[in-house]
Amino acid sequence: MADILAYAETRDGALRPVAGEVVATARKLADQMGGQVVAVVVGGPGSSEVASGLSRFGADRILVCEAESLSLYQPDATVELLASVTASVVPGAILFPASAQGKDLAARVAARLDVALGSEATEIVVEDGSPVINRPMYGGKAYGRFRFLESPALISIRPNVFPATADPRETVVESLAPVDVTPRTRVVAVEAAERAALDVREAPVVVAGGRGLQDAANWQLLEDLVDALGDEATLGASRAVVDAGWRPHSEQVGQTGKVVSPNLYFAVGISGAIQHLAGMRTAGVIVAVNKDAEAPIFGVANYGVVGDLFEVLPRLTEEIRAARRSDG
Amino acid sequence: MRSIVCIKRVPDSEARLRVAADGLAIDPSGVKFSMNPYDEFALEEALRLKERSGEGSVTAVTVGPDDARETLRSALAMGADEGVLLRAAGSYDGLAVARALADEITTREYDLVLFGKQAIDDDGMQVPAMVAQLLSLPCATVVVDLQIEGGIATAKREIEGGHEIVEFDLPGVVAAQKGLNEPRYPSLKGIMAAKKKPLEEKDIVMVEPKIDLLALTPPPARPEPQIVGEGADAVPELVRRLREEAKVL
Repeated sequence: MADILAYAETRDGALRPVAGEVVATARKLADQMGGQVVAVVVGGPGSSEVASGLSRFGADRILVCEAESLSLYQPDATVELLASVTASVVPGAILFPASAQGKDLAARVAARLDVALGSEATEIVVEDGSPVINRPMYGGKAYGRFRFLESPALISIRPNVFPATADPRETVVESLAPVDVTPRTRVVAVEAAERAALDVREAPVVVAGGRGLQDAANWQLLEDLVDALGDEATLGASRAVVDAGWRPHSEQVGQTGKVVSPNLYFAVGISGAIQHLAGMRTAGVIVAVNKDAEAPIFGVANYGVVGDLFEVLPRLTEEIRAARRSDG
Repeated sequence: MRSIVCIKRVPDSEARLRVAADGLAIDPSGVKFSMNPYDEFALEEALRLKERSGEGSVTAVTVGPDDARETLRSALAMGADEGVLLRAAGSYDGLAVARALADEITTREYDLVLFGKQAIDDDGMQVPAMVAQLLSLPCATVVVDLQIEGGIATAKREIEGGHEIVEFDLPGVVAAQKGLNEPRYPSLKGIMAAKKKPLEEKDIVMVEPKIDLLALTPPPARPEPQIVGEGADAVPELVRRLREEAKVL
């Protein structure tokens, strides 16, 4: 019998999409380990209302700590809060999202509790009553299977990999008092990116461009395709074009950028350097458009089109628009 | 500014990797190793902080086997003043590495401890925040801009869809993301000078890991690739397959 703690991340008074993935994954783990799912939500006033939405993913208990001072990520207070919840719940595992906030927090909590952390798991199974994870290493060039030697097992899960499966149940929402901690860091501002886009790690569809686009101005072609694909799509970039200053580093896919696992990945004008392939080879379906039939990208692509991207892309955008229109 | 920069020797990002025969490590034969690329941003930032303030020091520290000495030499060639090799086999448990570094850091005087945001071998992204927690220091991870004035650091952190600006009093910990700066190449003069700079080596005993590697495997195979066709004329068939076969549109 072991309960599972699930850290459900919020931002701007809303649950982040990955929160459902974390709670649903905790549910599956708890079912195998014979315990309850205890979701923890930390945020500003009003968080308890949004937190109740987690009952849909199978949380048995939802513990909410809401305070004005917690509207923005406050690591020191959150670490102490999770330490105190851990002391009372005595979970077998604590799940975090492998997001910017989740990874920062999970490492601190591991040090605070003196236990190991498995980062960016893409698979979790239970063996002999304990979780065993599989996780990409070397930017995805190899996978490591790890077993935890002490409890609780701290695990961060890669966004977009574990399904946010619905498993609704009656849930008790309980409130937690904030822990009195003098914060060592102060968040003074949060800036949204110029283009309000999904992060490349979290988007279900990624349209990535490389040097084949020849010029930063030609990104309009990719933006048109993103637009045609709808709200779930976002832009990605190869290292070459980020190094050339055409695109921001936040869009870089690869071993020294972001490792992504969307359902659908378009690689346009990207030849497929090893470090790029490592970062996107776990995508569900990969489409490559490249004029060089020998480009390594075609070795990992489900579907390849050999040709001039300046002709292929506009046609692709047009055909996808037409297809979506006919779907109504 | 007195900075400590924690660095790691890792397989180069362009290296093709194979799993070793025991299934528990990467086969190092024929693999080029380099300084972890994110650590270069951390080291560059420390060098600039020292140059800007006109005083202070940059100490490069690494945990690793004898081979890690060459990575320290690269750091000295870039401009670090001294190197410290904490000789041990290394560990897959980030917390064990963090403890080894924290034990060393705590014996030194410093204003800032810098790391790369993650090492591109384990990809754990754990050690910087763990060291901060162990030493009760403020910490900003995934930093793309750093300003220091009057003992206060202002760091711009990358988060999904934007940035978070955080402030803290020194001493503190910063983990560098690409974009923080453009790391310099070592000059010939720097490489020569590095040979004369102090490089301290000590054997350390790491704490027992609390996580156990069962197996290292190659990534899962991709489905057999299909070339749909050539040029714009292939597009209708591509869209049909994406809709009807793959069902992703």
